[in-house]
Amino acid sequence: MKLLVVFTLCIAVICSVAMRIPARNKEYSADSTQFIVPANFPQPVYRFTNNNLSDAGFLLGKKLFYDPLLSKDKTIACSNCHQPFAAFANLDHPVSHGVDECLGTRNAPALFNLAWQKEFMWDGGVKHIEVSPLNAITSTCEMASSLDTITERLKATKPYPELFHNAFGDGDINSQKMLRALAQFTSMLVSAASKYDKHIRHEAGGEFTNEEEQGYQLYRFHCSACHAEPLFTDLTYRNNGLDEISEDPGRDTITNNPDDKGKFKVPSLRNIELTSPYMHDGRFTTLEEVLAHYNSGVKNNANLDSLLKQNGRRGIALTQDEQKQLIVFLKTLTDHEFVNDKRFQQEQ
Amino acid sequence: MKAKYITLTALSFLFLLCSGFKRKNKNATTHLAIHFKNFVGNQPLKLNDSLNAYSNANGDDFYLTTFKFYVSNFVLTKTNGETVTVPESYFLINAADASSMDIELPEVPAGKYKAISFIIGVDSLRNFAGAQTGCLDPAKGMFWTWKSGYIFVKLEGASSKSTSKKNRLTFHIGGAISPDNTIRHFEQELPKKLKVKEGGHPQIDIAVDAAALFKGKTTVDFSKLNFTMGGPNSVIVADNYEQGLFTVTDVKK
Repeated sequence: MKLLVVFTLCIAVICSVAMRIPARNKEYSADSTQFIVPANFPQPVYRFTNNNLSDAGFLLGKKLFYDPLLSKDKTIACSNCHQPFAAFANLDHPVSHGVDECLGTRNAPALFNLAWQKEFMWDGGVKHIEVSPLNAITSTCEMASSLDTITERLKATKPYPELFHNAFGDGDINSQKMLRALAQFTSMLVSAASKYDKHIRHEAGGEFTNEEEQGYQLYRFHCSACHAEPLFTDLTYRNNGLDEISEDPGRDTITNNPDDKGKFKVPSLRNIELTSPYMHDGRFTTLEEVLAHYNSGVKNNANLDSLLKQNGRRGIALTQDEQKQLIVFLKTLTDHEFVNDKRFQQEQ
Repeated sequence: MKAKYITLTALSFLFLLCSGFKRKNKNATTHLAIHFKNFVGNQPLKLNDSLNAYSNANGDDFYLTTFKFYVSNFVLTKTNGETVTVPESYFLINAADASSMDIELPEVPAGKYKAISFIIGVDSLRNFAGAQTGCLDPAKGMFWTWKSGYIFVKLEGASSKSTSKKNRLTFHIGGAISPDNTIRHFEQELPKKLKVKEGGHPQIDIAVDAAALFKGKTTVDFSKLNFTMGGPNSVIVADNYEQGLFTVTDVKK
C-alpha cells in the first residue's frame, strides 16, 4: 500500500513538472568547447545569449568559415581573406580580394578577441558579432552571395543537414542558425597566450628582456592611450593623419558626422607581427613604416586626433632606437599558440 | 491507517488532474486579426503600374515598384485604461505579397478595447540583437549589412522629376540611433469599441497611405529628394509618415 502511494505521488510530481517546462535545448555543459575569459581580460560583450556554445555548433561554424560554398561562384571562403596563419587577417593583401577578381576598398581585419568588441568593421557599422559576416557575404566585391542562396545550398549539401541538426536540433536550416554557428566559431578565437600575456600573468616564458621591457615602457607612454591594454585597442574611432584629405570617409559613413570623416577603429596591436599590411587601406607593409609615419609622416587632417598634435608638433617623436625597442615589444604580442591552435584550423 | 493512504492517493490523483487542466482555466483569449490595405492618396496602391502614375503633394508624378514596411510592438488599450502588450509582435507587410496584408495578434485577452498603438519599424533593442529569424530574417532584404539595423519602410519606384539614374526613387527609411533615429509610433483611438471574447472573430482594418512619406511636415520635391538610405533625409521622411501613414478605418467583432 505504502509503495502505491509513493508511486502515485512520484507520477503526479513528474507529470506536473513535465507539463510546465517547455521543451528545452540539449544541455551542452559536457562539451569540450568552452569559452574561457583570460585572467587579464575584462568580461566579454558577447555572452552567447540564445546561442549555447557546443562542440557541434563550434565545428559547424568552423566548417562554414572554411567553405567557399558561401560565395556566389563557390570560390571564396571567409578564410580566403581571414587566414589562420595571419591571425585571421589577409597577408600581403592591402584590400580584400573577392569573386571575379574584384578588389575591395579596405584591408581585411584580423579576427581574434571578437567577443570583446561592441562594434565591428573599420567604421563600426556592424553592432553584433552574429550579423558581422553579412557584409562580406552580400558585398558584390567580396562573396557576392545571398542568405537565401546559401541556406538553399546548405540544405542540399551533405553533411550540413546533419550538422545543423546536431547543433541546433529539429527544424529547417535558416540564416539565423548559420550566423549563430559562425559566431560560435569566431567568438572562440581568443588570443591571450602571447609572451606579453605570460609576462602580465607572471607565467613561465613571460620574462621580458631589457629591450622588451624598454619597448613596453615606451608603448605605455606613447601608444597605450589608444591601443589600450589588455585588448590593445580602446575600441574608439580616430584619425591618425594618414592624409590631409581622407579619401575614405570611414566612421562618417555610419554617423553622418563630418567630424568623423577619415576616422577608423583603432586596431588591436596584438599579433601585429603577423597581420601586414597595416592601416584601413593596407598602405604600410612593415612595422618600421608604421612607426616612421607616427614619428614624421602625420598629416594635418582636419579631424586629426588631438593625441597626435601635442607639444606643438604633429605625431609622436621617437628616436631610431626607440622605434626599434617598440618593435621588439610589439613582437611579444605575437600569439603563436593562437595561430597554431588546431581547434581553429581547417579539418583535413 | 489504510484510510490515510487512500486519502493521500486520492489527493495525488486530484493534484495530477488539476495540474493537467490548469491551462484551460486561464483567462479567455482569442486572435485579433488586423487587415492592412495599401493606398496612394485615395487610390488603391498598385505596383509596377507606370501608365497610371500617382502624384505626390508637390505635383510630381511617380509610380511604385516596391512598398514594404515593418510594424511591431503592438499595444492595445482597454476602455478602463489598462494596456495589453502583445509579446513578440513583429510583422513585415509587403505590397507584393497579398498574404502579408493580414496579420494576427495571438492570445489577446477578452475585454473591451478603445485604442491601438504600434511601432512603425522595429524597436531599437531588436535592431542590434544579433541574428534574427522569421520576418526579421536579414534574408528578407530589410536589413542593412554595412550599417546594422532594419529598413523600417522601403519604397522604390520612379518619377519623371527624379534626377537619379533611370529616374529612380529610392526611399529606404531606417536608423535607430539619435540624431538619425527613424523609429516612430502610431497610436489611434478606435472608431468604435472593440469587443474581444472567446470564440469571436475580432478584426481591425487599417488603411495605409504610401503618399504620406512625401507630405505633412515637409513636402517632398522629387527633383531634390529622390534617394535616402538612413541619415537626415530619412528622418524628414519618417517625420512625414508618422502622421498619415496609417488610419484605422473599421473595427469588426
